[in-house]
Amino acid sequence: MEFSTPAGPNPIDTGRVVTKPVDRIDGPLKVSGRATYAYEYHDEFPNAAYGFVLGSAIPKGYIEAIDAREAEAMPGVLLVLTHNNTPKQNGSGQHNSPQLQGPGIKQAEQAIALVVAESFEQARAAARAIRVRYARAKTGHYDLAAVKDASRPVPKSPDSKVGEFDRAFADAPVKLDVTYTTPDQSHAMMEPHASVARWDGDKLTVYTANQMIHWAVDGISGTLGIPASKVRVQSAFVGGGFGSKLFLYADPILAAVAAKRLGRPVKVALTRPQIFNHTNHRPATIQHIRIGAAPDGKIVAIGHDAFSGNQEGGEAEEAANQTKLLYGGENRLIRTRLSELNLPKGGAMRAPGEAVGLLALECAMDELAEKTGIDPVELRIRNDIQYDPAKGPDRPFSSRKLVECMRVGAERFGWNRRDPKPASVRDGRWLVGMGVASGIRDNLVMPSGARVSVDREGVLTIETQMTDIGTGSYTILGQVGAEMMGLPIEKVRVRLGDSDFPKSSGSGGSWGANSASAGVYAACEGLRDEIAKKAGFNSRDVTFADGHVSAAGRSRSLAEIAGQDGVAFTGEVKFGKLDDTYAQASFAAHFCEVAVDWATAEIRVRRLLSVCAAGRIINPKTSRNQCFGGMTMGVGAALMEEQVVDGRFGYFVNHDLAEYQVPVHADIPDLDVVFLDEIDDKSSWIKAKGVGELGICGVGAAVANAVYNATGIRIRDYPLTLDKLLPGLPEMPRQS
Amino acid sequence: MRAFTYERAASPAEAAAAVARTRGAKFIAGGTNLLDLMKLEIETPTHLVDVNRIGLDGIEGTPDGGLRIGALVRNTALAADARVRKDYAVLSRALLAGASGQLRNKATTAGNLLQRTRCPYFYDPARPCNKREPGSGCSALEGFSRNLAVIGTSGACIATHPSDMAVAMRVLDATIETVSPDGATRSIPIAEFHRLPGDTPEVETALRPAELITAVTLPKPLGGRHVYRKVRDRASYAFATVSVAAVIGGDGRNRFAFGGLAHKPWRVEAAEAESGRGADAVADGVLAGATPTRENAFKLPLLRRTLAATLAA
Ligand SMILES: Cc1cc2nc3c(=O)[nH]c(=O)nc-3n(C[C@H](O)[C@H](O)[C@H](O)COP(=O)(O)OP(=O)(O)OC[C@H]3O[C@@H](n4cnc5c(N)ncnc54)[C@H](O)[C@@H]3O)c2cc1C
Ligand code: SF4
Repeated sequence: MEFSTPAGPNPIDTGRVVTKPVDRIDGPLKVSGRATYAYEYHDEFPNAAYGFVLGSAIPKGYIEAIDAREAEAMPGVLLVLTHNNTPKQNGSGQHNSPQLQGPGIKQAEQAIALVVAESFEQARAAARAIRVRYARAKTGHYDLAAVKDASRPVPKSPDSKVGEFDRAFADAPVKLDVTYTTPDQSHAMMEPHASVARWDGDKLTVYTANQMIHWAVDGISGTLGIPASKVRVQSAFVGGGFGSKLFLYADPILAAVAAKRLGRPVKVALTRPQIFNHTNHRPATIQHIRIGAAPDGKIVAIGHDAFSGNQEGGEAEEAANQTKLLYGGENRLIRTRLSELNLPKGGAMRAPGEAVGLLALECAMDELAEKTGIDPVELRIRNDIQYDPAKGPDRPFSSRKLVECMRVGAERFGWNRRDPKPASVRDGRWLVGMGVASGIRDNLVMPSGARVSVDREGVLTIETQMTDIGTGSYTILGQVGAEMMGLPIEKVRVRLGDSDFPKSSGSGGSWGANSASAGVYAACEGLRDEIAKKAGFNSRDVTFADGHVSAAGRSRSLAEIAGQDGVAFTGEVKFGKLDDTYAQASFAAHFCEVAVDWATAEIRVRRLLSVCAAGRIINPKTSRNQCFGGMTMGVGAALMEEQVVDGRFGYFVNHDLAEYQVPVHADIPDLDVVFLDEIDDKSSWIKAKGVGELGICGVGAAVANAVYNATGIRIRDYPLTLDKLLPGLPEMPRQS
Repeated sequence: MRAFTYERAASPAEAAAAVARTRGAKFIAGGTNLLDLMKLEIETPTHLVDVNRIGLDGIEGTPDGGLRIGALVRNTALAADARVRKDYAVLSRALLAGASGQLRNKATTAGNLLQRTRCPYFYDPARPCNKREPGSGCSALEGFSRNLAVIGTSGACIATHPSDMAVAMRVLDATIETVSPDGATRSIPIAEFHRLPGDTPEVETALRPAELITAVTLPKPLGGRHVYRKVRDRASYAFATVSVAAVIGGDGRNRFAFGGLAHKPWRVEAAEAESGRGADAVADGVLAGATPTRENAFKLPLLRRTLAATLAA
């Protein structure tokens, strides 16, 4: 079914199961340790051997010689793969991930060998015994600031030029011209990348931790040069991905190659220290923001230039894109630029684009508020716009409640208690401040399918490639199915993450909940028709409720209609061109209170509130949970997350969870999340929009603005660590 | 991780003898540091002697009114001990500021004293590091040194000792008791226990090969106000950027020891006498001769401010 006109009334509107805070249906499995993650399939692979990846010590150059003889002779070792003995693979496909294809080195920790042994420990020990002689390239770029001026435009992210930015900015009564920087960041999800591969004849099965099953099938079959129909990928449970598991790394490919060579299953997991350099990360950005405004705060000119770097062929961090839509202003100049770096490859991470773009833009708005003397909430309300500023009123937002988010949030948070004069509130040893920021996240949609069936017990089974990476997909898809078929949630089974099921949207870019739910909706529409037909009803005026289908006073149970053979339907949603007509995004207002230790400059978040408008909230419990995660990541981005580049070695030097810091429980206060009532009939039949990443978009800026309000110190170089604040703090009083 | 053999010792003397017997043998207590280092082959013992069943897990009073802490007492138990909380509160607070609940349940008194630096290059076998591989060079000197030492450093190494517990023990003038394979015992004042890096950063303590720590003794209580102030980027589960262990006004003196500054818990007794002239006067003495890197120079003002806040509180 194609979704190309706004949705009319439909069974989802009933709100009997959808919109209810249903507990996670996979919760009992998770808390009792029975949810099986990729590396944990033991019974299916009693004979599995263990692979260990050896990574490159240099960032660029080539291997002159690699000697695995000692390793091969070590106890338990079955196989050592290097570029000398690995079959040729194919690197051209978008999701392909060729490994060990030659002596060339393109990044630190690039796989240069796989050791396979009877035990993990034997493989790891043998990997250390491989002798490598490198020829490191004399050139190499690791510092974004140094290559920024050699940057190029990015075709995927065209410049947005509206009006005459230069003139309008020059003439503006109030001008702000600031540069913000954000560092490289790592996904740091809980479950490491891991795969197990097994061959049955020419059929390959890979259990792997992955967010996008059909991309994985594509990438694995493409890389290995075998038909996609011969590859089965399973990823029933994923311990977080945050974008990192959209792509393939050494583990599934080398597990497959080694399993073929050895004729037995092979498991490969990356270790935590490897992940920080071997897999991708969010690239650092330099963001130049210029805003010209009238004395009343109305923006007349807005410019945002976002610079980032990546390996050749890598993508830009599109940190300026949200500026195309968030605020009005007649004159606009928004550009994305990319330079070449030889750091590990950059890629999508936790709301790519907006998450770091808003760290800059929303602090710049705070600076503008101060310059104009207008309250930061009011400033954002004054600059709200209900249509795409570049296209005009012809392209309105499908729904946009930023102003309501701001108003509701300000009231709930007690924003009126904020003292606009920085550094004026003390609470014992703490300097206290409040900050606000807008949140926006593009509402992406993806085609998605599902197979739905009812059996003779009247139980609905939903099968789709969709993944649940900790987000709640199992539960919300179950809710949609239950709603459509008139069943209680207990009568629904959901099976995910298997390439034998229909292709789905997968999990990424916050498109999963809305798109995959729409896929289940489409499949259930078909199933309803089938059932109505089988029951001899005219399918137009039937109702599904209480496990029965009824029409014109007659009623039959689904179980009975399904009978011995059951009844099934496979359906799919494809999205038409509604987003040409309507700009689509989720919106939020984030409020934060921080306390800064006046002596040590330690920053502690005291309160965080996010008010979100994200269309229909399919499940307030799982959605809130998503926001909690996003808000925590926002705090991390603001205060601590940073991959430190060591240009001498061309890599990220802090590569474990002790040194790459993410917030711990003690850093996170009670979080408050409010969802506004919103129905977006242009988004899908579900009338929902993306939620997950909205939770992160803007939060970090609210934290940074609160730090400014608390201390009067504006730091434009994330993260805001205490060493950066310290020089600006007032002198300690001398005492004797 | 290299393959190793394992045995469980039943008494302190037997443990020391067992380590002396096998070349490349090491004690293992909680294993929270040693196992991590073995996985990365930073430590490559050939044989492990498990000391978890040798007794030494009690805390008892000493004849002169002090406290004797067995080497195997877990960090959790030590922090919770009523006598420690009452008379040596700085120690209890320092322990609770370290690691996490799970780690403290395993970590032992001796293991904590002997934990190794968290310098990121030390943890990366692909990079030069004099401590890990003597003579290979120090990657941190010109590299990522934000959290490394600012004082007592050498051209060979600028690592810090990461322990919180040891800083509190230093301010309390603890003594480390040991037994050697030949049965001889020694008492080492904590001031002499940890060493500065000099030209041999791989030598970190005064312990001799196969010498086993049996206990740590604390002198009789000092009284006074006990403070442990740990400054760090996140609120928990992070090593100290700087820390101050203070006993203020006990027996008419102020005592301060510092973490995050040096290759050992840092204390300058002479500077303590300057307390009357304010925190800056003490800090001047404590930080005299400091040689920070560009990245960690902020630790000097940070320490001054933290000390001032500690005194003012
Ligand atoms: C993630 C993480 C965070 C941490 N955060 C902190 C922190 O914030 N602050 C802090 O202070 N610490 C921190 N720690 C370190 C922790 O305190 C130490 O790992 C722990 O104290 C070591 O004790 P253990 O008994 O496990 O030692 P083990 O790992 O068993 O041994 C350590 C060393 O001591 C030797 N050894 C053990 N017992 C004896 C003995 N009786 N005689 C002679 N030698 C002996 C061993 O041979 C080994 O060389 C952290 C650790 C981790 C993993
Ligand atoms: S500071 Fe010490 S531990 Fe760190 S790299 Fe240098 S020698 Fe090694």
